[in-house]
Amino acid sequence: MQKRVSIEEALTHVRDGMTIMVGGFLGVGSPEKLIDALVQKGVKDLTLICNDTAFVDRGVGKMVVAHQFRKIIASHIGTNAETGRQMNAGETEVELVPQGTLAERIRCGGAGLGGFYTPTGVGTVVADGKETREFNGRQYLLELPLRADVALVKAYKADEAGNLIYRRSARNFNPLMAMAADLVIAEVDNIVPTGEIDQDHVMTPGIFVNYLVKEDA
Amino acid sequence: MDRAARRELIVKWIAKQLQHGQLVNLGIGMPTMVANHIPEGVNIILQSENGFLGLGAAPEPHEVDPDVTNAGAQHVTILPGGACFDSATSFAIIRGGRLDVTVLGALEVDELGNLANWMVPGKIVPGMGGAMDLTVGAKKVIVAMEHTTKDGKAKILPQCTLPLTAQQEVDLIVTDMGVIEVTPQGLVLKEIAPGVTVEEVVAATAAKLTIHPELKEMTA
Repeated sequence: MQKRVSIEEALTHVRDGMTIMVGGFLGVGSPEKLIDALVQKGVKDLTLICNDTAFVDRGVGKMVVAHQFRKIIASHIGTNAETGRQMNAGETEVELVPQGTLAERIRCGGAGLGGFYTPTGVGTVVADGKETREFNGRQYLLELPLRADVALVKAYKADEAGNLIYRRSARNFNPLMAMAADLVIAEVDNIVPTGEIDQDHVMTPGIFVNYLVKEDA
Repeated sequence: MDRAARRELIVKWIAKQLQHGQLVNLGIGMPTMVANHIPEGVNIILQSENGFLGLGAAPEPHEVDPDVTNAGAQHVTILPGGACFDSATSFAIIRGGRLDVTVLGALEVDELGNLANWMVPGKIVPGMGGAMDLTVGAKKVIVAMEHTTKDGKAKILPQCTLPLTAQQEVDLIVTDMGVIEVTPQGLVLKEIAPGVTVEEVVAATAAKLTIHPELKEMTA
């Protein structure tokens, strides 16, 4: 199957009401071209799973400004005043999750696990309504996995088979999200022929990736 | 001392405590400044929670790499010997007991070592980011903050009033008035800033404070 498609074709799979994961940390490692195209397309009532809501003019922050989310699951929203405004006005539901817990919930979602126990959040509002359990004298919270209909990730390099390589701190949540969604669209800077990426250097195996889009395509 | 000098005292004091070879995570704001004052000959490894070890100084303008930023989205560098990884690995390092020290800011700290630093209900709700994991995971949690709020209200309390970041995890509170250790017997003032009296520290602290019998002057 040809994985490389146009942005428009890839985004026919993102529809109103879906849950999407978007890679990036304050916009670094976010698929900006896919985000711009989603703003243009105007899909709405989405649930977003992302580390943060970046800035009003960067990363998923642009989709917040365009009112495309019904619910946001993130660890931090403080750099985008519009997210806080929508939350306080009751326009958008926001679920705040500790960053390590968010990463692990996504990893669990991709790894076929039913959940995990973490010491993070014990004795805080994060523990409200969650099972707590003691192991070796320490308290832990049960946290459940997260999955999405579609994950939008950003990689530095792909081969035509969809194998991905990320760069520096632009990796962050991208490889985890690429494993935790029913459909994965990777925006990449470079596409090389299959075989040109050393097997040992692959960070996300191509079997996880459905579509490749290149920034200038 | 003006405000800048008082803040510098805090970060320089903390920088002096860090030991060769330690793995350290510095929070955003004043904690980040600790990196500028690590003593000569002491090599620590700094972790950046967004996914790498070997956090280095800000780059020259012509060396900026848009894919290399710290957890505050500022351009930084990665030192030789550094390593990049995904967010699950980053927090495995944090929760898994590899982190020797984390330095964080605070809105409130209390007698039990409880910390509140991520939200003020109805006012600011930025989110906890990595703070809850860092506080729970690091072997030593150092709070770096000004002793009182801008209006002079106590931030060191008998019991935190704001939503907690973590329960009983703070080890040391370093402020512009002194250094306070969290012990099973409560808070102990161990060092006092130059020009500050014990009575002034006690008055600016709502929590019960024990004065260490060998109280030292806090030097930068």
